[in-house]
Amino acid sequence: RKMAEAVQNHVKSLNWGHRVQLQDRKVKYFNIKASFVDEHTVCGVAKGGKEILLSADHIIIATGGRPRYPTHIEGALEYGITSDDIFWLKESPGKTLVVGASYVALECAGFLTGIGLDTTVMIRSIPLRGFDQQMSSMVIEHMESHGTQFLRGCAPSRVSRLPDGHLQVTWEDRTTGKEDTGTFDTVLWAIGRVPDTRSLNLEKAGVDTSPDTQKILVDSREGTSVPHIYAIGDVVEGRPELTPTAIMAGRLLVQRLFGGSSDLMDYDNVPTTVFTPLEYGCVGLSEEEAVARHGQEHVEVYHAHYKPLEFTVAGRDASQCYVKMVCLREPPQLVLGLHFLGPNAGEVTQGFALGIKCGASYEQVMRTVGIHPTCSEEVVKLRISKRSGLDPTVTGCG
Amino acid sequence: VKELFSSLGVECNVLELDQVDDGAKIQEVLSEITNQKTVPNVFVNKVHVGGCDQTFQAYQSGLLQKLLQEDSAYDYDLIIVGGGSGGLSCAKEAAILGKKVMVLDFVVPSPQGTSWGLGGTCVNVGCIPKKLMHQAALLGQALCDSRKFGWEYDQQVKHNWETMTKAIQNHISSLNWGYRLSLREKAVAYVNSYGEFVEHHKIKATNKKGQETYYTAAQFVIATGERPRYLGIQGDKEYCITSDDLFSLPYCPGKTLVVGASYVALECAGFLAGFGLDVTVMVRSILLRGFDQEMAEKVGSYMEQHGVKFLRKFIPVMIQQLEKGSPGKLKVLAKSTEGTETIEGVYNTVLLAIGRDSCTRKIGLEKIGVKINEKSGKIPVNDVEQTSVPYVCAVGDILEGKPELTPVAIQSGKLLARRLFGASLEKCDYINVPTTVFTPLEYGCCGLAEEKAIEVYKKENLEIYHTLFWPLEWTVAGRENNTCYAKIICNKLDHDRVIGFHILGPNAGEVTQGFAAAMKCGLTKQLLDDTIGIHPTCGEVFTTLEITKSSGLDVTQKGCG
Repeated sequence: RKMAEAVQNHVKSLNWGHRVQLQDRKVKYFNIKASFVDEHTVCGVAKGGKEILLSADHIIIATGGRPRYPTHIEGALEYGITSDDIFWLKESPGKTLVVGASYVALECAGFLTGIGLDTTVMIRSIPLRGFDQQMSSMVIEHMESHGTQFLRGCAPSRVSRLPDGHLQVTWEDRTTGKEDTGTFDTVLWAIGRVPDTRSLNLEKAGVDTSPDTQKILVDSREGTSVPHIYAIGDVVEGRPELTPTAIMAGRLLVQRLFGGSSDLMDYDNVPTTVFTPLEYGCVGLSEEEAVARHGQEHVEVYHAHYKPLEFTVAGRDASQCYVKMVCLREPPQLVLGLHFLGPNAGEVTQGFALGIKCGASYEQVMRTVGIHPTCSEEVVKLRISKRSGLDPTVTGCG
Repeated sequence: VKELFSSLGVECNVLELDQVDDGAKIQEVLSEITNQKTVPNVFVNKVHVGGCDQTFQAYQSGLLQKLLQEDSAYDYDLIIVGGGSGGLSCAKEAAILGKKVMVLDFVVPSPQGTSWGLGGTCVNVGCIPKKLMHQAALLGQALCDSRKFGWEYDQQVKHNWETMTKAIQNHISSLNWGYRLSLREKAVAYVNSYGEFVEHHKIKATNKKGQETYYTAAQFVIATGERPRYLGIQGDKEYCITSDDLFSLPYCPGKTLVVGASYVALECAGFLAGFGLDVTVMVRSILLRGFDQEMAEKVGSYMEQHGVKFLRKFIPVMIQQLEKGSPGKLKVLAKSTEGTETIEGVYNTVLLAIGRDSCTRKIGLEKIGVKINEKSGKIPVNDVEQTSVPYVCAVGDILEGKPELTPVAIQSGKLLARRLFGASLEKCDYINVPTTVFTPLEYGCCGLAEEKAIEVYKKENLEIYHTLFWPLEWTVAGRENNTCYAKIICNKLDHDRVIGFHILGPNAGEVTQGFAAAMKCGLTKQLLDDTIGIHPTCGEVFTTLEITKSSGLDVTQKGCG
């Protein structure tokens, strides 16, 4: 409760900060749910019930996404919660079942376990779809050896409430076909996010969406099928769903519209970090993507199992502390992707993302002197290739 | 030179560069590998002797004759004096290349009697125990923060010095052991003896018991490193400790005076204060000489705000013991550097951290003619780490003009072995070497300090971007905003190339490393702007830098994005 309150207070201060910033820059802020009337007009109902109509030369859609509910599962909506709710709970969620294998699912399960709650993650097939799978399985391994329980290959079929108030979940083990049940205080759905584009009445403006995902289709200038209507952020089809990309896309779009710029957004090599108990930072291609694109013979992967100095005296298990750099095999061995599993992965990865932006080669990274003692120096000390078959465990100094 | 060799009865292989087609190209490569552009260029048994003058000098000193002896006349291909970061790295690499290698490592006990095992300063009395103690202090801070995040516990949390040092020393012992094992696995001979040159190619090794043994080698590498300097005042060696002693001190140091303003002084003062000890730092003039002074002052100011006392512009003149004990009580008399004011203070421990001196004066270098800088004790070398004597190279902290850092020593040691024995031409790249000062608020940097950049490039050719920032983890913890700081220095005449990178904040080392690699690849401001940040982190702040120093705008922070 104390933690939630502190977190919520900070978030509220940020809400306030945003309102002040908009005010300072004379941006009019309407707290209304808008939808299209025609291609230059939107309407919405304000809190008092009054209908407001707004027209504009340019319209930017940035409505983002919301967590998906598995509406085909009985009881999912009534009894389950999502990430929209978990950060605002007034009471501890208690024994929790997290359904999903997204970074949202794993990150939530991670910190819930960390604060001492009995947490189980139910995964239908693979963890962290779209991410490097070797790294993803190590993320899970670490969580498993630190108290999070996993139900792999299972899918829930029903959620009901027991007389004592607890929730009963029924699921099917997809490999055996058997059914099983479990009792939990909270069920957290983390099975993906969907854009709420239907309520925007996009057809009234003529804006096209993807029939599969409902996301808005745009070109490289963030333009939709209607010339003066644009879309940015999570609502857009085929873009990384990350805050910094949305921020940058928004900024560049406005500079193109009103600042005379022609700079387009570069969605390649966008770095990101999964904030699971053992953090996973990555930039560029996964190993499987690199092999798919260039062929195994043209890819060289350098890797190392390392031990953070802080883990030594603390006696912590560093089995999953691992880093790998995926490169082209031909000299100078251009770096295609970097994957780092360890403490402060975000801080480690950021600078190397810059390196990749500069077209770093393996040789250049190896000529960079390490900062000692840190975890990030392990990246510039990567010498053992997967191809060599040698043991990638590295020890301490040099 | 030809006549000289003929008079010695030595048959030479002569390559006349003006008689071959690619003579000019050969001369170029020779210049690259030997730093000599002229001919004759003389090599004897794989050792580069030099031109005419040097060949005759070598003949006069007897060195030439020694070199002319067949390899089997030497006990070893390579003897390395000093088993620290540089020495061990060089030894291992040379052994991998199939050479017969010996490492001589010996620790002369400190005035307080402290000694340690194989591995050098970094492992035993430097980076490793320092970072572990820094981490111990950070954990103390984290405990304070934890209550704000909902962790509840009743006990008052205190720190046990003995528990910590025991655990740290255990880890260090495992590292010492690991090194010995590693040397054995690679068939490197390790002798725990003090090495001194007695004549060309010959070294005397004296062990703890005083027994002397002699060894010879074709090549030598000096990697003897440094030891802490003393003040040279009454009571300093008897009563003061240094970093040599601090990390294995069997009792809590108590109320401590740290003399010095080096990173060693500030890091030690920082973690001692973090354990709840009463700490004062006595500074003669400026903090962190050689580092960016704006950042240095911020480092110091954060420490001051968190309880470390600073006595600026004072130097100690006398140390007296008031009480014996573990710790005892010491009285320190100090004098102002700007007048006649004197002050007195009583402390349990006085830690001297005023600099380090090279261990080059008592290893017989004069006997074989290896020149050292008489004032600093450091050894000047060329860009292939060769000393004034061709078969003697040097690596590590004793090198003149090179950064005193473990990774630099490791890298240069490795490359040196590859050049000596592996036919490699690669030299160590000393440009844009990143480093981090592990003070309570960490400072990471790569490239030039602001004042140095202004000196080299002139203010009008530079654009400096900067910002204050508030790490997300500090918000809920209620820790101060507008203290963490990031700045980059860009060269306007070269596409806004980033020539200086500075960050003051948590995990500064982890943040800085990747940017150092990017700088190696020619990082510019545009590339920073084009790169997406990872959110939420501290490092992402560099991808959204907007405000320049020249604009004079305020960098104070309010919110998110």
